[in-house]
Amino acid sequence: MERHITLPLTEELARSLHAGDTVYLTGTVYTSRDAGHKRMCEALARGEELPFDPKDATIYYVGPSPAKPGQVIGSAGPTTSGRMDAYAPTMMYVGARGMIGKGARLPEVVEAMKKYSGVYFGAIGGAGALLAKCIKEAELIAYEDLGAEALRRLYVEEMPLVVIIDCEGNDLYKTGRAAYLAQRGEE
Amino acid sequence: MREIQAETITDVVERLCVEANEYLPEDVKCALRDCRAREDWPAAQDVLDKIIENYEIAQRQEVPICQDTGMACVFLEIGQDVHISGGDLRGAVDEGVRRGYGKGYLRKSVVKDPLRRENTGDNTPAMLYTELVPGEQIRVTVAPKGFGSENMSAIRMFKPSAGLQGIRDFILETVEAAGPNPCPPMVIGVGIGGTFDKAALLAKKALLRPLDSRNPDPFYAGLEEEMLERINWLGIGPQGFGGRTTALGLNIETMPTHIAGMPCAINISCHVTRHRTEVI
Repeated sequence: MERHITLPLTEELARSLHAGDTVYLTGTVYTSRDAGHKRMCEALARGEELPFDPKDATIYYVGPSPAKPGQVIGSAGPTTSGRMDAYAPTMMYVGARGMIGKGARLPEVVEAMKKYSGVYFGAIGGAGALLAKCIKEAELIAYEDLGAEALRRLYVEEMPLVVIIDCEGNDLYKTGRAAYLAQRGEE
Repeated sequence: MREIQAETITDVVERLCVEANEYLPEDVKCALRDCRAREDWPAAQDVLDKIIENYEIAQRQEVPICQDTGMACVFLEIGQDVHISGGDLRGAVDEGVRRGYGKGYLRKSVVKDPLRRENTGDNTPAMLYTELVPGEQIRVTVAPKGFGSENMSAIRMFKPSAGLQGIRDFILETVEAAGPNPCPPMVIGVGIGGTFDKAALLAKKALLRPLDSRNPDPFYAGLEEEMLERINWLGIGPQGFGGRTTALGLNIETMPTHIAGMPCAINISCHVTRHRTEVI
């Protein structure tokens, strides 16, 4: 199914998305990857607030290349999500619901997604030049010292994504491959 | 004896860092287009179309194909009749990387220390590989390597009794374990033989060989074709969404090894397998 959706990712919206759906996403997302997640989770452990309101937020696992003069951002494709598995349940616990990345997730992340109605979207890994075209605004909001890993607020328009894991735990990496193999078997 | 200025090496490395990140090699583009033509699964066709569109945008707008502009792997084949003057070689190469990644607006992805993880801020040091060869030229290859795929690589010290079947199984097992993580369609470099470290180097060098070339030894050429076909039978597909195109190519490099061993390393790369060469 093809969906054009606008953030924030409310629980109702999240529950209407299913693994395998093609999604064109519009709205505000926050960028963070390894070092940013570590720092955010350390801040939460100390009882501090995050640099952005996590309620119904979507986090894009990306470390963009620097913007050339006149560009909003450099290339900006997803990084491997599995490295954020240690932090993702904590982020969902405080309200973040959407994750954009690529690659497999651990069962404990999927369990947290079921519990908190989280959605894991896939962007095409390695398509950083293409994905950058959907990013209309970019603003650095925290952890500037982390360079490419700093926290940024992005406004994206019609960002092409696929729902990889939905909040019922269905996983396109399993179902997509199984469907392909089944179809091949019938030939 | 030919004199080559260190500054010349810096200039070439700088240029190659930028070009390698913006222009995908022709053989990789060709493999992507061929695989698209052969792909019959709609979800896979859609991903391959976007991947092709992406490298076209990068080339046209002179922006990095992928935001992970990698660690700068720099291979130098230095003619033994060359004398490098006006600076030290390591410094010249690192300066080229520093300038290329700075002026080229490439991402700085290197940390000073593997555990303490402070960014060096300029993508140095280069991963520098030097080899002395006959002649009076320097052949410079810059191969930026992203870590989404690098992390899925593997090495194993086999007993010789594991034989060909052991190697076959290891390749399939490594690709299966990598699954959607290394941005498939992948490129796979296999190094067999040598010592623990040489096998890994062979695997990395295998990624530099054009995808439309085969190992000159018919035994290994056959193994390359067989393993590519078997990988593309797994059904992982582009981005892991299912489909035929799991790998664009598989190259094997080998060297003599010890009577007691059979090291095998597998270096996984992605559809943005980059390398660019210039001869000084």
